[in-house]
Amino acid sequence: MMDVGRHPRIKMFTLSEVKSISGYVGNFNVKVVKKARLVHEKECTGCGDCTRECPVVKPDEFDMGLSSRNAIYLPFPQAVPSAYVINREECLGSDPIICGKCIKLCEKGCIDFDMKDEDIEFKVGTIVVATGMDVYDPSEMDEYGYTRYENVITSMEFERLINAGGPTKGEIIRLTDRKAPKSIAFIQCVGSRSVHKGGTYCSNICCMNTVKDTLMLKEHYPEMDVKVFYVDIRAFGKGFEDLFRRSKGEGVRYIRGLPGQIKEDPHTRNLILSVENTATNKLMEHEVEMVVLSLGVKPCEDVKETQEMLALQRTSDGFYLEAHPKLQPVDSATKGIFFAGCTESPKDIKDSVTQASASAARAMRLMNSGEITVEAITAEVIKDKCEICGICVRVCPYNAITMDKNNKTPAHVTQAACSGCGTCAAECPTNAISMRHFTDSQIEGQIDSLLEEEPAEKVLVFACNWCSYAGADFAGVSRLQYPSNARLIRTMCSGRVDKKFIWRAFEKGAPVVLVSGCHFGDCHYIDANHWTKKRVEKIWKKMEKLGIRPERLQLEWISAAEGIRFSNIMKRMEELRRSVTQEEIEDTRKILKENSQLPSAEADGLRG
Amino acid sequence: MSEISSSNGELRIGVYVCHCGLNIAGTVDCKEVASFAEGLANVVVGKDNEYLCAEPGQQLIQDDIREHHLNRIVVASCSPRLHEPTFRRACSEAGLNPYLMEMANLREQCSWVHTNQHREATEKANDLVKMAVSRVRKLQPQEELKVPIIKSTLVIGGGVAGIQAALDLADSGYQVYLVEKKPSIGGIMAQLDKTFPTMDCSI
Repeated sequence: MMDVGRHPRIKMFTLSEVKSISGYVGNFNVKVVKKARLVHEKECTGCGDCTRECPVVKPDEFDMGLSSRNAIYLPFPQAVPSAYVINREECLGSDPIICGKCIKLCEKGCIDFDMKDEDIEFKVGTIVVATGMDVYDPSEMDEYGYTRYENVITSMEFERLINAGGPTKGEIIRLTDRKAPKSIAFIQCVGSRSVHKGGTYCSNICCMNTVKDTLMLKEHYPEMDVKVFYVDIRAFGKGFEDLFRRSKGEGVRYIRGLPGQIKEDPHTRNLILSVENTATNKLMEHEVEMVVLSLGVKPCEDVKETQEMLALQRTSDGFYLEAHPKLQPVDSATKGIFFAGCTESPKDIKDSVTQASASAARAMRLMNSGEITVEAITAEVIKDKCEICGICVRVCPYNAITMDKNNKTPAHVTQAACSGCGTCAAECPTNAISMRHFTDSQIEGQIDSLLEEEPAEKVLVFACNWCSYAGADFAGVSRLQYPSNARLIRTMCSGRVDKKFIWRAFEKGAPVVLVSGCHFGDCHYIDANHWTKKRVEKIWKKMEKLGIRPERLQLEWISAAEGIRFSNIMKRMEELRRSVTQEEIEDTRKILKENSQLPSAEADGLRG
Repeated sequence: MSEISSSNGELRIGVYVCHCGLNIAGTVDCKEVASFAEGLANVVVGKDNEYLCAEPGQQLIQDDIREHHLNRIVVASCSPRLHEPTFRRACSEAGLNPYLMEMANLREQCSWVHTNQHREATEKANDLVKMAVSRVRKLQPQEELKVPIIKSTLVIGGGVAGIQAALDLADSGYQVYLVEKKPSIGGIMAQLDKTFPTMDCSI
């Protein structure tokens, strides 16, 4: 930790949050807000004089509320930076009539109530997301009585109690009588591996954390009766099995079965655990003086904000989704962004460190050469077709298109800024924008050959590269079976799906067309999928007007992690397809043919 | 190596159908798909191969590009999200612009999701190849853009993972910006006393 604070090439911003990130790999613009600490962090020596007369007393978060701190405090003794901080919500303020005592006590004059939040901006080439995890809150598990019974504590609280620097200087005490318990029980999988409460996944670290805890207890209190109630003990890592054996050798009892209920003896404040021992099939009762709930891990609370800011994806458990589970385990699907630590999945310190080094190496691999190649998928304006209407300028999520209406200068695409979503090409009313590698004729060629034979049997699916196409791949990797009628056409973004593609498909006899993209907030092109939605809604209206059943055009948002959702949607599409008769298809073709002759056809996209 | 011109002259397409061991071939009749492809307009070569991503598979494509003067390639195998870079590179090495290669996804979006429907899966595979062939006919060579990369990294989060990543990067000469929400770095690790399996202290 100290090395980070001192490193000449690390700029550390604590009490800070990333507010926005824009740009692309190699050139991200980052905005950070550094909240006012109210103590000058470089000048503060950490002497602690300032706290002497602070009248505010609050529970200490670092000690899980088992001790107290003042409104001006040092987060913990080894904190980096080693500087005090004032909690602005708790502090009474600098007004000398009310308080302001700390200001006088600080000899160096480091306390500054005029300090303001600071906006910091900088540019980076790569990003490592290491936003960590939170622990499960067991208060919802009524059966264990956490918060109702004071002698039921969590593994995090245990961690602070047994810590020599903690509130009890390493003594384990019951919170009711402050005496060392003679017996203690650990309950595993609290908030893990459950379909009802917490996560369905294994939290990875809790078994070994408990094994460690039992060994520490046996070291401090050899006579203590220590029991562990578990489902399985997962001691799979290097050296783990040895540690587990050592714990059993020290006399710790491992009982297979999770207690169904805990009751408290109101006199002794002891806890009575009812449990079915699944190894012997016997119902048992165990009385202990203290219970520790071995908490599972969950995604950190602000994971959604970071996810939206960086257009990342998460699996159903809430942790980040990697680009490939085996071949790119630390890469995100967005180039230049990497994961480290528990933000990707629950893991112990060794795995966190390993993954962090891996993501550092992956980031260096990109940055080392000093330049990166960008896929040649960008928009280009066919100047003599451009009528200078300005729609493309408005829809571009990257402000990559410029035009001068007054001087009648046609649109121009800045190639380095264009990310290639294709929304401009789809929206251009005069077909004056061509999307490299995803041109109209290329996509129309796919539509035509798909519907060349037996079109009534096919379901045409437009899928965006990042989410829905990846979701289809994930369905495949998971071997989820669905009807074989679907045919996918990949575009980089659903924003590329032009009105005329959809009309063309219906004209060629498609019974059902599905447009699919990323969920709102997940779009890899900021918000290009909003235009997809608007466009599809317009087509629905037009279909209604023309007497074509609008249900035959479907719009779905499917993320890369939603393989199950993808396969379910495919099943639904097949049902929908079966509801479309040959007669209906022929009617549609007739209607569209008649209407494509009308003068308004071009504006509706009915004429390519 | 000079690039094969594609703007003029006839289209000469090579279609390669990968077995992926039994991942595709266990469900899809790859030989049928390859011969179906050969019947499509402009397709000069249609072949199936056990593992196209392996050295001999790539060699096969490269040799054919040279021998048959192919100017468009369709690889019918796994998802382009997995192996598009592999096959683009193979084309490039054989002198063909990498953007003149298109993939048909016969594994993730066909054989793996219609495992026991051999007939239907094979028909779908034919369709997917046909779609890819019609697309590849229209593809144009593209030049990739090279853009400079800023040699610095933002690390979000100052727990044990963020600290390690920041140190590795900074020690290797890159500028690092480490952003932590709390008043101190250290994260949850700092709250722990001893850590398994070595039972040493965490800070």
